[in-house]
Amino acid sequence: MSPWSNWETETKDLILPNGGTPAGTSSPASSSSLLNRLQLDDDIDGETRDLFVVVDDPKKHVCTMETYITYRITTKSTRVEFDLPEYSVRRRYQDFDWLRSKLEESQPTHLIPPLPEKFVVKGVVDRFSEEFVETRRKALDKFLKRITDHPVLSFNEHFNIFLTAKDLNIYKKQGIALLTRMGESVKHVTGGYKLRTRPLEFAAIGDYLDTFALKLGTIDRIAQRIIKEEIEYLVELREYGPVYSTWSALEGELAEPLEGVSACIGNCSTALEELTDDMTEDFLPVLREYILYSDSMKSVLKKRDQVQAEYEAKLEAVALRKEDRPKVPADVEKCQDRMECFNADLKADMERWQNNKRQDFRQLLMGMADKNIQYYEKCLMAWESIIPLLQEKQEAKFPVTAVLS
Amino acid sequence: MEQATPDPERQLQPAPLEPLGRSDAGLGVTVDEEAERAREEGSGGDTMTHNNFWLKKIEISVSEAEKRTGRNAMNMQETYTAYLIETRSVEHTDGQSVLTDSLWRRYSEFELLRNYLLVYYPHIVVPPLPEKRAEFVWHKLSADNMDPDFVERRRIGLENFLLRIASHPILCRDKIFYLFLTQEGNWKETVNETGFQLKADSRLKALNATFRVKNPDKRFTDLKHYSDELQSVISHLLRVRARVADRLYGVYKVHGNYGRVFSEWSAIEKEMGDGLQSAGHHMDVYASSIDDILEDEEHYADQLKEYLFYAEALRAVCRKHELMQYDLEIAAQDLASKKQQCEELATGTVRTFSLKGMTTKLFGQETPEQREARIKVLEEQINEGEQQLKSKNLEGREFVKNAWADIERFKEQKNRDLKEALISYAVMQISMCKKVGFGFNEDICIFRSTYKFL
Repeated sequence: MSPWSNWETETKDLILPNGGTPAGTSSPASSSSLLNRLQLDDDIDGETRDLFVVVDDPKKHVCTMETYITYRITTKSTRVEFDLPEYSVRRRYQDFDWLRSKLEESQPTHLIPPLPEKFVVKGVVDRFSEEFVETRRKALDKFLKRITDHPVLSFNEHFNIFLTAKDLNIYKKQGIALLTRMGESVKHVTGGYKLRTRPLEFAAIGDYLDTFALKLGTIDRIAQRIIKEEIEYLVELREYGPVYSTWSALEGELAEPLEGVSACIGNCSTALEELTDDMTEDFLPVLREYILYSDSMKSVLKKRDQVQAEYEAKLEAVALRKEDRPKVPADVEKCQDRMECFNADLKADMERWQNNKRQDFRQLLMGMADKNIQYYEKCLMAWESIIPLLQEKQEAKFPVTAVLS
Repeated sequence: MEQATPDPERQLQPAPLEPLGRSDAGLGVTVDEEAERAREEGSGGDTMTHNNFWLKKIEISVSEAEKRTGRNAMNMQETYTAYLIETRSVEHTDGQSVLTDSLWRRYSEFELLRNYLLVYYPHIVVPPLPEKRAEFVWHKLSADNMDPDFVERRRIGLENFLLRIASHPILCRDKIFYLFLTQEGNWKETVNETGFQLKADSRLKALNATFRVKNPDKRFTDLKHYSDELQSVISHLLRVRARVADRLYGVYKVHGNYGRVFSEWSAIEKEMGDGLQSAGHHMDVYASSIDDILEDEEHYADQLKEYLFYAEALRAVCRKHELMQYDLEIAAQDLASKKQQCEELATGTVRTFSLKGMTTKLFGQETPEQREARIKVLEEQINEGEQQLKSKNLEGREFVKNAWADIERFKEQKNRDLKEALISYAVMQISMCKKVGFGFNEDICIFRSTYKFL
């Protein structure tokens, strides 16, 4: 979806207080976009939203040392944490990367959304091509929106600075420590403790993520193969259509019908090209994003395991110290506290993640079905339109003495 | 599915009441007496029954194909396919059809029939046979002559060939054709008795020879050019179409891989499970639909192929005209030179070089008696030459008239047939789009029901 210009209808997840839906979005009247407009979003504490973030307007900057793209980040909020009601800043990919690492550091018990890939390995991709920049913009927008939607992450100070600071580099250089309590706490968790038993639910999450990432990987490979086959099919189609034109030039009565068929095949070729572009720009990136998401989630799970392991180890150590009144030392209590917070945060985030994943994939798969239907509808229209041309009776169009008519 | 090939139910045109074998005015002038007699006689009764035969409506079908083994001319075992040709006559009154003849023929016999027709009807665009070997195959399609799909398509092609002949106003009356449908044994001998084989060889040689014609009929030159271009463009089309089919097959089949992975994924999901299962299932259905689609398209390719081969037949008629014209020009040239020789002898002036002139110079003048004798011989030759030239001229004009009439008929047929072929191709594409589009729509419906939203 292209960046919205109209703030009143700016979020496709928005349900207006009177229960209506925003009108006038520029999306095609397909079922998946209809779905978007009716999507129920997680209300933050049951209240209507008070923070809106949009990523748009990519611009190329050419400097002596390097060339890069910046994106405009526009923020509107009524929250007290923001001094002004509205902000507009420019950020580049590096800045997003910085934000993400800061979030991971400061909110280790939460699932941090993934960024689009830093480098594109496959093939020779033009980093400054319109398609690449647009795909990236969409992913960065998604990234910020996911944070915006999160009841904890959206209040993170680094996030605030990212959205508001005129010059982010100052903050980066200062390396201001804005770690949360949890961040501080988990930061010092030592590894090296062996986990006794992983609680069932977290084991299940781990297994699920393993299989999930695997299946997505397979789907990604298949999708790429399909695109490749479709492109090769397109190449042949582009040669096939014009041969009918060549033939048409030889004929008299058949000239128009043959030319019609040639044009028809041309239209189908164009429709196919649009389909493969959509697959590349809309379908593949989302798959890859979720694979990255799964990977980062698995690291968080590992961290949780470590926290639990440390707690268990310390607890055991205390139990071994035979004392009359075993008093649970403060640091063991702290460990338990830490673990329980981690578990709670993770569980909440997993549930949120599952909901969002469902919605995202529903939109994705239906979107893919949509695009395919559109392709077949375009082809159908093209062929149906030439039937009357083919059936047309050529009455005395050509002189009787013509050689080849 | 619409078929552009002639309706199998098509009836033969009833011929006017005249004995078979007598050529209409101007037709078949190149046929010699022997062949004529052979066509008039032959087993199966006199001419009257033939008239009765043609007055009834008949249906021809090539209904079956069978693999056979036998021994060939070199006494080696070979496998071949035989085709069952059934002829039915339809009663006027109640429209019921009765089987009148049924016999088995193999491809080589069809070839024999066609070669015979090519020789005796050089002014007709003779319908082509389906290809001997599978060409323009796309990857998955078999190029094996014994492959059942190829045999089936060939069966249809052979039936089409017979129907084309049966619906041709001139060819349908041919005796040998009639015997092909009715006389199982000895048919080959009957054909060979016409002596067409000799003519066939010389015809083939002539068609391939290069010679320069001074004054061909421009229409035939243009037509030959057209037939060359048509052959070239249809070949190109068939080649690219085969590649397109190949690629399309790949696209559909790879989608099939989704089936399994979606199924496996659905196993780990709770709410999404049903939707994913259904998506996977639809991918499988999609992937398997390509086989039927491409089989239907093969029929379209066959229709194009028929006209690819027809172009060759068209070309042959043009070449025949060139041959006749060339013959005529040579004869005229020959006559002119003889006349000149005669004149020179009579007047005593030597304008052209001649061996006689030279020997005269060397060995002395010839006697007036000798000269008279020579003049007489030349005059006879000139007379003969003039007669021949006259008849050749007549032949040539007749040929042009009759050939052009058949060419006009052919043009109409070609335009009709190809238009129909294009229409049925478009219809095929439309039904394919609808089938697949509907399948994808099903997908969305399943998803909707799984995720009951507001």
